[in-house]
Amino acid sequence: MFATENAYYPDYSTKPIQHSFSPYADNGGSVVAIAGDDFVVVGADTRLSAGFSIYTREQNKLFPLSNTTVLGCSGCWCDTLTLTRILKSRMQMYHQEHNKVMSTTACAQMLSTMLYYKRFFPYYISNILVGLDNEGKGCIYSYDPIGHCEKTTYRAGGSAGALLQPLLDNQIGQKNLTKVSAESITQEKALAILKDVFISAAERDIYTGDNVMINIITKDGIKEDNFELRKD
Amino acid sequence: MSILAYNGGAMVAMKGENCVSIATDRRFGIQAQTIATNFEKVFQMGPHLYVGLPGLATDTQTVMEKLRFRKNLYELKENRLMSPKVFAAMLSNLLYEKRFGPFFVEPVVAGLMPKTYEPYICNMDLIGCINPPNDFVVGGTASAQLYGMCEALWEPNLGPEDLFETTSQALINAFDRDAISGWGATVYIIEKDKVTIKNLKTRMD
Repeated sequence: MFATENAYYPDYSTKPIQHSFSPYADNGGSVVAIAGDDFVVVGADTRLSAGFSIYTREQNKLFPLSNTTVLGCSGCWCDTLTLTRILKSRMQMYHQEHNKVMSTTACAQMLSTMLYYKRFFPYYISNILVGLDNEGKGCIYSYDPIGHCEKTTYRAGGSAGALLQPLLDNQIGQKNLTKVSAESITQEKALAILKDVFISAAERDIYTGDNVMINIITKDGIKEDNFELRKD
Repeated sequence: MSILAYNGGAMVAMKGENCVSIATDRRFGIQAQTIATNFEKVFQMGPHLYVGLPGLATDTQTVMEKLRFRKNLYELKENRLMSPKVFAAMLSNLLYEKRFGPFFVEPVVAGLMPKTYEPYICNMDLIGCINPPNDFVVGGTASAQLYGMCEALWEPNLGPEDLFETTSQALINAFDRDAISGWGATVYIIEKDKVTIKNLKTRMD
């Protein structure tokens, strides 16, 4: 066996070397949203990571698009930056053309078409858009990377989405329970569940942790809140 | 897709106050197609000892038979029952023998130690690396969902009734979010002087 054939000496290989470039990165992060009759809460952890390293422990992943609309993003951070930059300018263009702020429902539709526009080179992001609809009710729109959109009242997305969604089904959707209450969820209960589910996610998902940024959207505007998660 | 996700299945075991639970779904499928809804993945290996073998269904049955054989041989030779700890070590050894051509199962062991009746649970990967925590273990294709549910619902010192409720809710809500698990569930509650087996009614889609 010649040394040139040996995998231990790649510098002496006579075979062509194939280089590659991946345009995507998975920077992790989780987003959870819960809607009520006259409010919606959305939370995102503040850890930005890649593989086993943490880039920062204080990266906000919630983007206010108007006084009643917030977008939560997780996945490929560079795609998030590009998407939110374009979204912001589209919001401004709409404002200047129509002389009014874009509604949450219109925003939701626009986001879907913007994502599908990149059907064959998608933004690798798990998006959750929240806000108040035209009647002032809380609403949540969740998306896949190519623009499929679903309107719900609760959603978990991102790296801990699989861990948290069944928990929300049970605690908010009241799935598989015999005693079902007809009352709609209060803001205090939504916030308490939101905090609990992030604590659970931080235990088992290495891409979720550090802090949670919370936005509470009511007719009075957007209120911010913050609480700590484990940092290991 | 992974061979471990060829047939689908979910499994969870939890520790309680002087009791343990082990629960699993009942589906047997081939990829997305459901073949049967009465498939057994949890097996009794002693009066207070159960083993669950989620993963590739053919290996579930092969490993169960190999385990039963080795356990019977041990009990004849030693003339005493096999403890859960010894059983886990034996299973780990059996799996590691096939280190480079493994059985595609992720076992879960649940039981009470003989004499002391101390709860014992553990799970392992397909080559037998044992993990014995003091709260809960999960396995199968719905493991991510189960981790989320268990991490929120489990608390220390649950009595048999509360342990049953916690285990059932964790399992059902977890596998309802997994396309290849579900179609009924079985929960085993193991106590000092009785074992309760309950078949749960779940959504069948």
